[in-house]
Amino acid sequence: MKTFVYIDHFKGEVQPASWEALGLAKTFGTTVAVVFGSDANDVAKAAFEYGADEVLHADDAALLDYRAETYASTLSALASSHNPNLILLPTTARTREMAAMSAVDLNTGVLTDVSGLEVSGDSFIATRPIYEGKLLEKTVCSGKPVMATIRGRAFPKPNRDASKSGTVTKVAAKTDAISEVKGYSASESAVNLGDAGIIVSGGRGVSNNPSLTPPAGMDEKQAEIWRAQQGFGLITDLATLLGGAVGASRAAVDGGYITYSHQVGQTGKVVSPDLYIACGVSGAIQHLVGMRNAKVIVAINKDADAPIFKVARYGVVGDLFAIVPALTEALKKKLGK
Amino acid sequence: MKIIACIKQVPDSEAKVTAADGKVSWGDAPLVINPFDEYAVEGALQQKEATGGTVVVLCVGPESAREALKHALAMGADEAILVSDPALTDLDTVGAARILAAAIKKAEGEMVIFGRQTLDNGAGLTPAQTARVLGWPMLGLAGQIKVEARSVTVERVIEEGRQTVSAKLPAVLSVVQSIGEPRYPSFMGIRKASKATIPVWSLSDIGASAPAAIITRTELLNPPVRETSVEIIAGETPAEIAEKLADKILAEKVL
Ligand SMILES: Cc1cc2nc3c(=O)[nH]c(=O)nc-3n(C[C@H](O)[C@H](O)[C@H](O)COP(=O)(O)OP(=O)(O)OC[C@H]3O[C@@H](n4cnc5c(N)ncnc54)[C@H](O)[C@@H]3O)c2cc1C
Ligand SMILES: Nc1ncnc2c1ncn2[C@@H]1O[C@H](COP(=O)(O)O)[C@@H](O)[C@H]1O
Repeated sequence: MKTFVYIDHFKGEVQPASWEALGLAKTFGTTVAVVFGSDANDVAKAAFEYGADEVLHADDAALLDYRAETYASTLSALASSHNPNLILLPTTARTREMAAMSAVDLNTGVLTDVSGLEVSGDSFIATRPIYEGKLLEKTVCSGKPVMATIRGRAFPKPNRDASKSGTVTKVAAKTDAISEVKGYSASESAVNLGDAGIIVSGGRGVSNNPSLTPPAGMDEKQAEIWRAQQGFGLITDLATLLGGAVGASRAAVDGGYITYSHQVGQTGKVVSPDLYIACGVSGAIQHLVGMRNAKVIVAINKDADAPIFKVARYGVVGDLFAIVPALTEALKKKLGK
Repeated sequence: MKIIACIKQVPDSEAKVTAADGKVSWGDAPLVINPFDEYAVEGALQQKEATGGTVVVLCVGPESAREALKHALAMGADEAILVSDPALTDLDTVGAARILAAAIKKAEGEMVIFGRQTLDNGAGLTPAQTARVLGWPMLGLAGQIKVEARSVTVERVIEEGRQTVSAKLPAVLSVVQSIGEPRYPSFMGIRKASKATIPVWSLSDIGASAPAAIITRTELLNPPVRETSVEIIAGETPAEIAEKLADKILAEKVL
């Protein structure tokens, strides 16, 4: 059994679920890591350290910027010449596209957002969420190779062993680009909610602190955003202490308190951290579908009847502006930081 | 310019969805336009306002999907097309992409806008697969769109930030929430939509045959029930509550 694992990276920064995919592939047999881009020598080396048996590197400047077409064509060509049984990818913005296109080239299908994968005879049975995780389905793909994008944090990440190495095989890139990358701007704060082990989230409640006096000259909306930024400041302090990421409800995003990349829920990100602390979030169904798989959920909300308490393990009925900083202090002491 | 927005009909996001006798049940919850596709319609209408042209909404689905198309018409779309055929059952995303591509050709679309993903299947594959079948560029997850002199530039919202990507038309796009809140159907729009006749194209109309499914479901499961009882942490002061809560969190060994 031979599995391709596509190592998704952005300017050399690997999406961690790539390594989780590599770990999963090892349980099936021979593992071939596939790395694209002329900025990825370190990524190719790291693939051996995470356990790849073989590493194919399309080390070409034409692949320096991700473009759906060139990446898909390169993957399709490699799959045609190496004949893997399975191609695993992490689930990211890029891989959904390139896997989708490659599947058209190879006349096969893609199982997305997979949280379980078993071998049965010569086929694979994948478990994946449907209806926003309200249901799960088991699905099979009759095409060859089977392609699957795995959900972040669903499979264990293999340990990195710096003593492992090998010879990277350079392979050719396809250069059939029909789109052009014109520029890039990093998000204000790198948010990688999908891979975060800890998320502290804020909702509309973060703007609700009447005792804060905004600087003079602000209109009502500006004052609201200013208050919300103080609230998110407290949330960020807690997240930073715990080495976690900052999440948000849609009301907070729509209110202009924080950018869309932080949004958790149906139209935002689906996350599965070990710890999710929801502050001033009511717990609308569209938010819950994004975070209810967190291992431990803590809710801080003024309203004892807020639906978020129905999914929480621990709850505090109170003002987030008082509780969140107190919690940061308490944890700081207990963690000796 | 002819802009096509691809939409699907799905059970409302508030619906309680369960597996019953191996089938998906959403009780008496209504079927609605896929919420992600409202952004596609919104994006298409914005482009029509910016550069002129017509907006056509396209759906592959059963007769009942007319209602979703009517919603898009009420929002302001000019025309709607339903591709429906008894031979179209159990479409996977590649299959849907082949049918959509054939219909897009027949409708002479120049810019096609998709939602990010469907609420039911949630694959997020159909846009790129349609682009591949057509051989058109794919500009995915756009938070902003700009059309200029036969080329389109989008700001793509990805994990690492925003990326500006452009391509020549015709092209396929998908959009995310940052494109802007979908407008509500106006009173006039609703009246117009209720009178509109929506043509139904069969497979022979678009010169396609029913694609065989490559991906098939073998089992449907209700997710494991989680223990949901909440422990409320109370105390005299925030500090006291925080103290207790911190101990509880530490005891969970998740830090
Ligand atoms: C198609 C569709 C898609 C959607 N997608 C998403 C999505 O992806 N993500 C998402 O989050 N929502 C989504 N929504 C919106 C969702 O329905 C809710 O409107 C939204 O989640 C509410 O955000 P909230 O909880 O922050 O605000 P609210 O519902 O207004 O809740 C604010 C909460 O803060 C509490 N509060 C106020 N002040 C304080 C304080 N000082 N201290 C502590 N608590 C306080 C209040 O008691 C209240 O419970 C979607 C809706 C639709 C229709
Ligand atoms: N049957 C369909 N008819 C029209 N558009 C569709 C259909 N299925 C999917 N789409 C479009 O493709 C997007 C992604 O769908 P999916 O790949 O199923 O998650 C949706 O948001 C729609 O824009």
